[in-house]
Amino acid sequence: MPIIDLANPSRFLALVGRLSPWLAAATLLAFAYGLSQAYLAPDDYQQGATAKIMFIHVPSAWLAMGCWAVMTIAALGTLVWRHPLADVAAKAAAPIGAAFTLICLVTGSLWGRPMWGTYWVWDARLTSVLVLFLMYLGVIALWRTIDDPSRAARAAAVLTLVGAVNLPIIKFSVDWWNTLHQPASVVRLGAPAMHPAILTPLLIMAVAFLLLFLTLHLAAMRNEIMRRRVRTMLMMQADAAAGS
Amino acid sequence: MTALSALLLRDMRLAVRVGGGALIGVLFFLIVVTLMPFAIGPDLALLARVGPAILWLGALLASLLALDRLIAADHEDGSLDLILMARVPLELTVAVKAVAHWLTTGLPLVIAVPLLGLLLNLDPKATGAVALTLLIGTPALTFIGLIGAALSVALRRGGLLLAVLVLPLTIPVLIFGVAASNAAIVGPVAFGTPLTILSAFTLASIVLGPFAAAAALRHGME
Repeated sequence: MPIIDLANPSRFLALVGRLSPWLAAATLLAFAYGLSQAYLAPDDYQQGATAKIMFIHVPSAWLAMGCWAVMTIAALGTLVWRHPLADVAAKAAAPIGAAFTLICLVTGSLWGRPMWGTYWVWDARLTSVLVLFLMYLGVIALWRTIDDPSRAARAAAVLTLVGAVNLPIIKFSVDWWNTLHQPASVVRLGAPAMHPAILTPLLIMAVAFLLLFLTLHLAAMRNEIMRRRVRTMLMMQADAAAGS
Repeated sequence: MTALSALLLRDMRLAVRVGGGALIGVLFFLIVVTLMPFAIGPDLALLARVGPAILWLGALLASLLALDRLIAADHEDGSLDLILMARVPLELTVAVKAVAHWLTTGLPLVIAVPLLGLLLNLDPKATGAVALTLLIGTPALTFIGLIGAALSVALRRGGLLLAVLVLPLTIPVLIFGVAASNAAIVGPVAFGTPLTILSAFTLASIVLGPFAAAAALRHGME
């Protein structure tokens, strides 16, 4: 079966139905392994055990930005290539991305209180991630406000592409401005500036979060396809009732 | 008269004559600036320190409120369909509409700044700095708002959604506008640095705004 067959919603639903249990199981295993490795990882010499918030904070930040990147590709799929399931992918990804951003902000805030002495500071990194969160909520609001799904898809696609300019700003905010938030330690020119004893659990947790995103995203796409089918059936029923 | 200049004049005439005229935005600006000292307290030193921020916030909100009618008014009376079908590129058309909007809404706000600076105990140098940054920054607010107006054009309660969509995008303009104003008044930072970045935002929004708005209109109007 060539991959283009997945553009057919029924075939896509069949594939998701087969994949979902395996993805969910893989996610649970990855989280179990990752959390155990995080538990066993050594304490930071300055921050103690508090630094282990990082194992949740950093992967959720990566996923928050990655989710908007997925939405951007889906937006291009809607506007440029007219892929049938691109708008379903975009609509399904938005609440998941918003949740990851919220987790990132909350865990970061809880980490900042003991470390920096404050729950919040208006430096470039925190502000740009907060702006990302607001844009997620804006996209979700736009989806819900326009009734017709395909019109909503195109409007949301334009908004997603406009908002994609925030992603490099978030990534490079710690380089371009004097921020309280620490500079990049993993994704940077030159090797990651972290000891493997900390880096390895972090990467395992990142894989676990990625599997979580895949599981949730595919399930949400399936729900959205079902939702649209229900909507179409209701409209057909209303048509039939009006016609008779 | 070319189509674009006709559209510019039409939009400016409509903005001046309809819905309270151009000065309603200035009136809202005045009210917001008047409200602030009631909330902050009449301490003149404090007002002078936050004065640029109050002026910028007032200008941002005043220009936001007028965006609702930018494209929705044309959609309601059917002229948007004519605009979409015209031979003039849609990007140029929405850009001209944004220029008309700025001339009738943004520019009066800039002109009102010296008077409002008096209310906030700003000295002439500060007032001049704020006026200059607003002169450069209000086009950015208009052109970014153009994107939100195009996205929410056919919605019944599009006004609030418009604000939700537009305000996060205008945050950088606000940051650098106030930073430039404060740099001129107090700052160790040279005035030119944030002003240059603010100008860059304006120029970028003048280019990107019409393209995004035209795409939103084309795809959303079926």
